Amino acid sequence: MNADAIDDIAARHPDAFRRSLWKRYATPLGVLLCILYTFYCAWFFSVGAVLEKANWNLAGAYLADWVSYEIRPDIEFKDNYLTIDYSRFSKLGSNPDPDWVTKQMAVIERRVDAAPTPAIATNKSSQDSFMAPGAPTAENPAAAPGQPVPAAPETVREKAVVAADVVLGNGRIAITPNLVTVTRGDESVIFDIARDSSVTPRTPLPAWIEQRRPGSTAYVSFGFLGRAEVQDDEVIAWRRFFGWANFVFDTNSPFWGKPISEAASLIVSGARIDSSRSNAALAWDNVLNNAEWQHGDVWLKLLQTIVMAFVGTVLASIVAFPLAFLAARNVTPSRIANQVTKRFFDFQRSVDMLIWALFFTRGFGPGPLAGMSAIFFTDTGTLGKLYSEALENIDDKQREGIRSVGATPAMVQRYGVLPQVLPVFLSQSLYFWESNTRSATIIGAVGAGGIGLKLWEAMRTNTNWANVFYMVLLILLVVFIFDNISSYLRRKLMGTIANGNDERRARLPPAAQIA
Amino acid sequence: MSATDVHRAPALSPEGATVERHWRDLAARRRLYTIGGLVFLLLALSSSLWFANETNAGKFFDRLPHVADFFAELKPRDWLDPVRALFDLPSPYDDGSLKFDYPEGRVYLTQGIYIPEYFHRMIETLNIALFSTLVGSTFGFLLCFLAAGNITASRWLRFATRRFLEIVRAFPEIVIAGFFLAIFSLGPIPAILAVSIHTVGALGKMFFEVVENADMKPEEGLRAVGANWVERVWFGIVPQVLPNFMSYFLLRFEINVRASTILGAVGAGGIGETLRLSIGRGHEAKTIAIVFLLFCTIVAVDQFSAWLRHRLVGRQAFAYGRGE
Repeated sequence: MNADAIDDIAARHPDAFRRSLWKRYATPLGVLLCILYTFYCAWFFSVGAVLEKANWNLAGAYLADWVSYEIRPDIEFKDNYLTIDYSRFSKLGSNPDPDWVTKQMAVIERRVDAAPTPAIATNKSSQDSFMAPGAPTAENPAAAPGQPVPAAPETVREKAVVAADVVLGNGRIAITPNLVTVTRGDESVIFDIARDSSVTPRTPLPAWIEQRRPGSTAYVSFGFLGRAEVQDDEVIAWRRFFGWANFVFDTNSPFWGKPISEAASLIVSGARIDSSRSNAALAWDNVLNNAEWQHGDVWLKLLQTIVMAFVGTVLASIVAFPLAFLAARNVTPSRIANQVTKRFFDFQRSVDMLIWALFFTRGFGPGPLAGMSAIFFTDTGTLGKLYSEALENIDDKQREGIRSVGATPAMVQRYGVLPQVLPVFLSQSLYFWESNTRSATIIGAVGAGGIGLKLWEAMRTNTNWANVFYMVLLILLVVFIFDNISSYLRRKLMGTIANGNDERRARLPPAAQIA
Repeated sequence: MSATDVHRAPALSPEGATVERHWRDLAARRRLYTIGGLVFLLLALSSSLWFANETNAGKFFDRLPHVADFFAELKPRDWLDPVRALFDLPSPYDDGSLKFDYPEGRVYLTQGIYIPEYFHRMIETLNIALFSTLVGSTFGFLLCFLAAGNITASRWLRFATRRFLEIVRAFPEIVIAGFFLAIFSLGPIPAILAVSIHTVGALGKMFFEVVENADMKPEEGLRAVGANWVERVWFGIVPQVLPNFMSYFLLRFEINVRASTILGAVGAGGIGETLRLSIGRGHEAKTIAIVFLLFCTIVAVDQFSAWLRHRLVGRQAFAYGRGE
């Protein structure tokens, strides 16, 4: 191709070769504007400072908490023995004795001071005294509550833990009152413990142990499955387990901790645990009132969310239906009535759902009534607008036909208009039902009832991420189910329209487009 | 009807009678379905209403007067007071309480010129919405071509991209916001991230559907002269889908303005938070000022977006709806 040929082409297609300045520079200009705007936003929201302050370590731990949980044995050094506690709301129930914590018992002599004795003090902080008062623990048989506290210092001989061995994933910690051996893989480090003063490693520390100052607490990482802190008075270990602990029965339930077959046979054919009701009723009650997962409450709130979306949409459709006829130019000839109704719809739609939700929460008190009123008010406007647009798009021939045989105005609407728009109306209502199931979750968080608030509270406490994930899964499941029901019904409705009139299908206001 | 039947009955052939009977059966069944459906709907509605009333903090008829009271309490002392609240002018009722401290929240640009507090908050909310729509649509734009069947041949890449978009879209914004709130503490950044992430999923889906409906002839022409994948997409597909993309971008922006207001109300800053506090504390003039400002902004954004979309794509993609 030579220069002449190019000139020739250029002469034939001037718009491709000599484009206007605007056309030529619109794209780079747009990109430049976007970049400038990004910088402006970075300044406006001080993104840099926020990112600097962000706690990224927490993110990993929180994400891990969605699908796993930690057990924390807390091994305290005493003069010549150890005490092992578990955190107060341990997932292992009262009296935990997991097989990954091996204890070595021996008879030792120890001094018991006047109250408060160390043994009693320790025991109080453990879960035992809350969960099962009076039960002597394996670690500290002598320290059961109820035993008279000696008034003067004396020496007692008793069985106590003298060494403990905690297995954490690929590592282990061997603990004796003055020596801690931490092993990960084939590396191991020995710490000398001077009680209440220092923690001293005998060898240089590998990368997976961090000690910020010589003699201070050593932070040991065993990867995802565990971590530990070696302090000068205790060793705290966290071992992580996959799954949701105590999902069905909590630790207070008589069915807790039993294998499935045993629990099932107990429920079906076992002797009554509670004489006033059957085991099945007791088990169901235990599931609903599970203290950690609160199934009963979560399901109730989820049902509230579903009900909010359903009632809000149905009532909005019912109210929007007659109003839409009033708003449609071609149905109601009065210009004033059209405009008033249409502006009314616009008003309801533009006062955001949030504002309605806050208003009604204030009025009705927290609960589904507020949420459903908010959805009802917003969607009366939205559906009214969509309905009236559908009405204005109808085919006039059918109406004329009905009118020409002498039908009353009501009959004209019933037989000339309604068959055309009803599938469209229904389809739009279904779409908004589906969409409102999502919205109902969100406005719930401002107090308008349903699972939103519960979810938001669980997230704000930062401790119950597994519960958060549970609720999120339930919401996703519900949204998925309703999406499918709604789109199935809508497809059937669209089918009836498509069979009748191809042109009209094309004219369907595509509310459903922006799913 | 019966008169017509009597008149017409003898004229029907046996085949005609069969058709007539069949039609009657169908009509009866249809009526049964309609009535059954209505009865079912009525039952579901009434039991839902009963359930909602039972589990609410206050009963409907007990609380109804309170709703009326609440709206009555919204009446300010005089109708200039909301205007003063809106523009941060001092109020004659100022008694040192939070209720009338309008000039407090002024954001000074220079010594004498200030932005009233609520306008500043509104700008913050609009910025959250616009910036996250921009971020979300950028990633949606990049991903949509990988999800489109007519552009990306690899089935696995397509499958992975589509599932990714679905998962991202399925998570309610509030869950993402709550998670980032734990990392970044209170502020607009969690809201931006939440809305952006949700927007990636929502717009990515709309975008790839547009791409799949694109005319493939320009792309074929480019393929014939040996253009690579990026050139084919950039010169063959992008010019024809860009107006639709812009239209969806604007629509998403409308939705995101509302979403960021709501997220603001649960602690992510912006006008939503101000509104919640003002309603909660019973500051009537401030509430009216904020609601008015929010209302006008939403109307303005909707109108502007509708006008621009109309110009970009005409009637074709004049889609309307709030989406999820």
